[in-house]
Amino acid sequence: MAAIPDVLIVGGGIVGVACADALAQDGARVTVLESEFVGAGATAAGMGHIVVMDDSEAQFALTAWSRGLLAGLIDELPADVEHDACGTIWIAVGAAELEEARGKLAFFRARGVVAELLDAAQLREAEPRLRPGLAGGLRVPGDSVVYPPALARWLAARARRAGATIHERVAVERITPDGVMTGNGEFAAPLIVNAAGAHAAVLTPGLPIVPRRGLLAITDRYPKFCRHQLVELGYLQSAHALSDASVAFNVQPRRTGQVLIGSSRELVGWDRVPNRPLLARMLARAVTFMPGLAGMDVIRTWAGFRPATPDKLPLVGPWPDRPGLWIAAGHEGLGITTALGTARLLADLIAGRVPAIDPAPYAAARAAQPVTAA
Amino acid sequence: MIPEVEIVLDGAPVRVPADATLAAALLSVGRMALRRSVDGEPRGALCGMGICFACRVTVDGRTHRRACLEPVRSGMRVTTGD
Repeated sequence: MAAIPDVLIVGGGIVGVACADALAQDGARVTVLESEFVGAGATAAGMGHIVVMDDSEAQFALTAWSRGLLAGLIDELPADVEHDACGTIWIAVGAAELEEARGKLAFFRARGVVAELLDAAQLREAEPRLRPGLAGGLRVPGDSVVYPPALARWLAARARRAGATIHERVAVERITPDGVMTGNGEFAAPLIVNAAGAHAAVLTPGLPIVPRRGLLAITDRYPKFCRHQLVELGYLQSAHALSDASVAFNVQPRRTGQVLIGSSRELVGWDRVPNRPLLARMLARAVTFMPGLAGMDVIRTWAGFRPATPDKLPLVGPWPDRPGLWIAAGHEGLGITTALGTARLLADLIAGRVPAIDPAPYAAARAAQPVTAA
Repeated sequence: MIPEVEIVLDGAPVRVPADATLAAALLSVGRMALRRSVDGEPRGALCGMGICFACRVTVDGRTHRRACLEPVRSGMRVTTGD
């Protein structure tokens, strides 16, 4: 086997440390440069919903493969990862959405993913605190929940055991001909992986990745308030409308008994000042699905920045404009789910192996088309 | 003689001072631990003025009531340990 060159990974989010782990297991000498600390960015802000998606074949392939890779690690995960095999219920408000749920069921079954349709009564039985009158839902029992920063720390520890070096509080300022320049001097390596999430485009101009802000709220502890991650089927409309600010019902039970309430999407650059009207809309939408939430105490709200791409797929592969530069970024709201698959895919491509899934839809080069002047 | 009222604490009748906050009344009968942290450690009134949320108890079925802001009422049902 040919020697794998040394690798510098820019970004110690869950994607960066998963890549470090996979490459270190392959025998590469890996160094991760993280500007804050492992999992500090979008990783810490996200819900940690491990979910198989059906909005495109490529999204399905990466999410389903990644979910399976995580399932293979469950017995090794420490308690602080808070893995909860709670499953997802996609909620159908009316008859049209129930039809959509049937379509989703057929899609999943045709691809070997376990799912079951719930009628109105079965939905009420599964989640009694949902409001009456909902048409039903689709339960996907193999989905789960983790605490993302703890999973990132665990992956970082595993990467270190395999020989990787992880530098925290080292901010990469730019990519140079020999490596990267940081506030602590230059690091050189033949291979660089830009895994800087929503910051990736700052270091690699031309990457079509923008920060897409999301707000979350978490309640005090109300054990057994709900049992599944609950997402409205209308969620994808919110997730796909890239222009306007949008909200969707998305509620998650935490192992602590807390209830995590989402979700919202808006394009406001890197603004951290909370959008209170949008937060209010998000919470009001949640209350329309679960009226009991109205009487509960929210103890914290925060914002995070999803690395969004125009076609909703991450960029994984070599960057044609700079030899030796690879991209593993642009995971939008699915980075916790798809980190393991992304890392496996990247490591396979770097090592010259044939990946388990077709890498073409995620090729970073798809974004590097010549820009036509407007 | 301090006037007293009877409340129901974790299912048992207890006489506590009237005209007090619930946190103060429970301290006066020797109850410091009112709930458990996520890791199972005992928690009780710390700031005593509604800021720290360490003294939350269930009062008449309402969860997460701060004992330090809850006036004692005759017959109130208080559940600790949540």
